[in-house]
Amino acid sequence: MEKELIRLENCTMAFDDEVVLDNISLSIRDKEFLTLLGPSGCGKTTTLRIIGGFTKPVSGGVFFDGVRINDMPPHKRNVNTVFQKYALFTHLNVFENVAFGLRLQKPKLSKAEIARLVDEMLEVVSLRGFNNRDASSLSGGQQQRVAIARALVLKPRVLLLDEPLGALDLRLRKDMQNELKRIQQQTEITFVYVTHDQEEALAMSDTVVVMDGGIIQQIGSPEDVYNEPKNAFVADFIGESNIVDGIMRSDGEVEIFGRRMKCLDGGFGKDEPADVVIRPEDIDIVPLGSDAAMLTGQVTNVTFKGVHYDIIVDFKGFKWLIQTTDLSPVGGKIGIKLDPDSIHIMKKSRYSGMFGDYSSYSAEYDDISDASLGEDDVEDDE
Amino acid sequence: MTKNRLPGRLYTALIMLFLYAPIFVLIVFSFNATKSRTVWAGFSLKWYTALLRDKQILGAFYTTLAVSLISAAVSTVIGTFAAIGLFDMKRKLRSPVLFVNNIPLVNADIITGVAMCMLFVALGTFLKFKLGFGTLLIAHVTFNIPYIILSVMPKLRQLDGNLLDAGRDLGCTWFGTLWRVIFPEIMPGIINGALIAFTMSIDDFVISYFTAGSDVETLSMSVYSMTRKRISPEVNALSTLLFVTVLILLLAINIRSRGQNKSPETR
Amino acid sequence: MRAARRGSIAAKLAKPQALAAPYVLWLAVFVAAPILIIAVFAFVRNGGGFTLSHFAEAARSWKVFGRSFWLAFVATAICLLLGYPLAYVLSRESANVQRVMSMLIMLPMWMNFLLRTYAWMSILEENNGLLNRLLGFLRLPQLHIANSPTAVVIGMVYNFLPFMVLPLYSVLVKLDKRLVEAAQDLGATPVQVFRRVTFRLSLPGVISGVTMVFVPAVSTFAISKLLGGGKSDLLGDLIERNFLSNKPFGSAISLLMMVICMVFIGLMNKFGDGGEGTLAI
Repeated sequence: MEKELIRLENCTMAFDDEVVLDNISLSIRDKEFLTLLGPSGCGKTTTLRIIGGFTKPVSGGVFFDGVRINDMPPHKRNVNTVFQKYALFTHLNVFENVAFGLRLQKPKLSKAEIARLVDEMLEVVSLRGFNNRDASSLSGGQQQRVAIARALVLKPRVLLLDEPLGALDLRLRKDMQNELKRIQQQTEITFVYVTHDQEEALAMSDTVVVMDGGIIQQIGSPEDVYNEPKNAFVADFIGESNIVDGIMRSDGEVEIFGRRMKCLDGGFGKDEPADVVIRPEDIDIVPLGSDAAMLTGQVTNVTFKGVHYDIIVDFKGFKWLIQTTDLSPVGGKIGIKLDPDSIHIMKKSRYSGMFGDYSSYSAEYDDISDASLGEDDVEDDE
Repeated sequence: MTKNRLPGRLYTALIMLFLYAPIFVLIVFSFNATKSRTVWAGFSLKWYTALLRDKQILGAFYTTLAVSLISAAVSTVIGTFAAIGLFDMKRKLRSPVLFVNNIPLVNADIITGVAMCMLFVALGTFLKFKLGFGTLLIAHVTFNIPYIILSVMPKLRQLDGNLLDAGRDLGCTWFGTLWRVIFPEIMPGIINGALIAFTMSIDDFVISYFTAGSDVETLSMSVYSMTRKRISPEVNALSTLLFVTVLILLLAINIRSRGQNKSPETR
Repeated sequence: MRAARRGSIAAKLAKPQALAAPYVLWLAVFVAAPILIIAVFAFVRNGGGFTLSHFAEAARSWKVFGRSFWLAFVATAICLLLGYPLAYVLSRESANVQRVMSMLIMLPMWMNFLLRTYAWMSILEENNGLLNRLLGFLRLPQLHIANSPTAVVIGMVYNFLPFMVLPLYSVLVKLDKRLVEAAQDLGATPVQVFRRVTFRLSLPGVISGVTMVFVPAVSTFAISKLLGGGKSDLLGDLIERNFLSNKPFGSAISLLMMVICMVFIGLMNKFGDGGEGTLAI
């Protein structure tokens, strides 16, 4: 385990009395790939800008290697940023964009040294030979690489990336994800990555920080936040989740829909109300009437997704999403079985009852939610 | 889809004839052998040689050139900084400033001129100075700055806010960001504004007329005073030279930019 | 501690808005103050105290006001009628043609405007004028427009036409061609497309063009002197003759003219923005 490099301590941020960060604390270890994940306006970009030095928290401390850096301007921090939509200098070519920071370094670097470093870095981002191209004549992916090279060439301890893949199309995005991960491992630089795309976060990160409403909801490895979400928001934001009301009857036993089921969670008070998460892929469909069927419901909607079907099943007026490879016709009744390890129990939170119901499910469900998240973090900007 | 462009082009040609007829007349009669501006008496360069010896016209020309160059430069500096500052301001503060800024643009030149003249006369009796090159220059700077702001502001609006952060991120101080990022990015707007300002200064008559006092004369003013008697064809000669110079300059710029536009395509 | 404080002062000075400070000062002294001086002269009695008598005196020149605004109106209308088609044709040409043409439209401005106006005298003159000689050569009847309001209008149109064409052109060239196609697709005839889409969308250009022509036209004094033969006074002549000898009178006229122009511009902008209904043809 590497040692801590950056620490945010009780940071609060507000613009015109609107609180965008509410007393957050966060520790970032050296050489890790940490992702700030959340919907638009959750405070993730603000957090990044505080680390970069572009904004100062109203209260709280920012520490780098144990030293408080609240008042240190960006150009004195050993941190560089890859900005949203790249922010390349349009009046400079590729070489000059990458050389921009090098030319400002003191003591002055020789011309040959600058040329060598730039060429080396363009090699790392696979842009050899693009030196004299106009920044504006490049494709999105290429501009992205220039932006990364421009920041990395200064050999920062930390690279901040603000939705760097947001403007790329899906295919290119997947390629760049691998590319970024490779660059991070090759250069051994700490990456702090901001995104609203949960798949991206899970695929790339060592640590995921889930944020909403200016508050950190959960910090953990990708497996942790997926398998053990802390509350309904996290469960819903990462992956698909059915969330129902339950009552913990005792450790290892939860009651939903009036039925007691075995689970692996504990540590709740007796008969404490809780949120119960069941992932759509963890639900087994069993023949109707068989002993294994713990609940029965009626299929109301089927969507073919390629690898599996998304089916919506009505259990006593509550609609669940189930992912299955077996085709069940609309209108048919099915039984389901839940293994103890497919049930996850969460404490009640202010998000209880807001997520996890698929009553309004339609085939476009994913597109709609993606579109609303795809907007820029307007509220996050100053 | 090639539409019939002929009627449009014919129309354009007619308007151009209208715009250039007097200029053509001016140029032709600058080579006239007599003073007449309607009767052709043969080709001669005598007005051009006379021009070189005419201290009054040349003096007025230098004054015009000096006031145009200096006012364009001064207003470009003040205007560019002002635009950046205004851009950073909150709306509440910016709107009234922009309102006052627009007054010289929408106000009639004669009112701007008369008003400034009154101010200069009032200040002059107080501070003991007379209308002259200084007041002329101030007046030109005043009516030029709005054009600079007008052409720089849109460039600032287009500027990606992240570029400024990128500059600071890569090691620029606050001033360094201004110098190395903002200025280069908005440079086309600055140059454009400076050119407009220079043109406006060269072409101005009314405001100069009211603010230059009796000892200083711009070219427009000497032409105006000549109209009371008769305009010397020397002025025609000078204007012809100016016109040809500008024409050549514009052609050169045009050819160069066309060359630049082509190079990326051929690559 | 001390370093930190110095840092915060520097941070305050480093506010970019401070860059506008010199200009705000400049505006106050050289733009706002002169206008205030005019207002003071216009409203203050010779011995001191408030009065409207200067305006009453100015109102006696109502004929000059009428003539000035009428001639400016005619010149502006002609500029719009001549300039709109030109700007439209121009905006449909290739980029190279556009660049050359807009350059050609601006180029005359580099030749002194008094000289160009003066050249119109040679063209329009009664006996030896170039136009009449051309007409005589073609055996056409002679024109008698020298030293008349017609000549003044010609001079205004000639001088201010570029100010109409350029704003129109810059709006028309940015107009999304797909909107025209959409209108055609929805069944609009070419005339309807123009009326309901092209012209409507180019209104901002029309407004700024009209403003840029009307204001200098209503206030000109050189053009009327040169081409009008000094027979018919315009507002500009009145102001020029009076502003030093009779400051209150000159100021009152200036202020009146300014207010009328501002109201005119304000009204136009209002119609251009929100009053679509009133402007629908």
